[in-house]
Amino acid sequence: MEYILQPWPWYVSGPLLAMIMFTLIYFGKTFGMSSNLRTFCAIAGAGRKTAFFDFDWKSQKWNLVVVLGAVIGGFIAHFLLSNPVDIDLNPVTVESLSQLGFENAGKSLLPAELFSWDAAFSLKGLSTLIIGGFLVGFGTRYAGGCTSGHAITGLSNLQLPSLIAVVGFFLGGLIMIHLLFPLIFG
Amino acid sequence: MKFLKFLLVGVVFGIILVKSEAVSWYRIYEMFRFESFHMYGIIGTAIATGVILLLITKKFKFKNIEGGLMSVPDKEKGFTRYILGGTLFGLGWALSGACPGPMYILVGTGVFTMLIVILAAILGTYVYGVLKDKLPH
Repeated sequence: MEYILQPWPWYVSGPLLAMIMFTLIYFGKTFGMSSNLRTFCAIAGAGRKTAFFDFDWKSQKWNLVVVLGAVIGGFIAHFLLSNPVDIDLNPVTVESLSQLGFENAGKSLLPAELFSWDAAFSLKGLSTLIIGGFLVGFGTRYAGGCTSGHAITGLSNLQLPSLIAVVGFFLGGLIMIHLLFPLIFG
Repeated sequence: MKFLKFLLVGVVFGIILVKSEAVSWYRIYEMFRFESFHMYGIIGTAIATGVILLLITKKFKFKNIEGGLMSVPDKEKGFTRYILGGTLFGLGWALSGACPGPMYILVGTGVFTMLIVILAAILGTYVYGVLKDKLPH
């Protein structure tokens, strides 16, 4: 039990994620979390005006159930299966965050400077969450997948388009952290 | 009942991503600064295991639960949409620290401001759908 309560090492977590992908393929489906965003648009009625959302969203119910399970899994892992320990971040990372105004790095899963309600109700905080979310939603659908569909499933299936997409993921991430973060938070 | 198995897959998925700390904004930041092997280890071993599982699946022609061959649909060929869309997603991933799985999982851990990110992501997907035919693919 002690091993479960501690953070899980990468060499346990990575293979388990591959098993999630494999299990969904065994069930006749695929591993793709960003598709649910399109399903939500279809449920909201976006298909009446836009052909891209005009599909039978009920065929995607299974994936919404995966989402529901993921929320429950997050609850179980965080509140029932975790000893409170700090995230073992590189001290260099912690120092660089401190220079950007992020204190207590690693004391919780997410920085209060971005995700507390105080932050979310500030103009800068709210814009950060909205712009970040918008780019995730727009970019994943444009690229036809996210970390689960391209990085894990696509690369496991040796798909060149997925490799190009993952190069893009890193290009965007590096630009954000190295070029834009100092401008946004500096 | 037929949805129960998907619920269980989701629960296990959520638990793995929390316990591995892959849902942490800090871990994503650290990854893009190349200051830890942790995230690369997770993604790398996931892909390595996935490659082996899929090669075995194809070689031995495993059947899925519905009786058909287990398979992963090929992605359409192309370049522009993957590099541009991927880069836009990467920008958002690094800023919000959450990709489309973790954003739900984090709601389960009690981070309700993540609902703002989810709504914005749905809006982003909607705008893509509207502009789709005008964008280079």
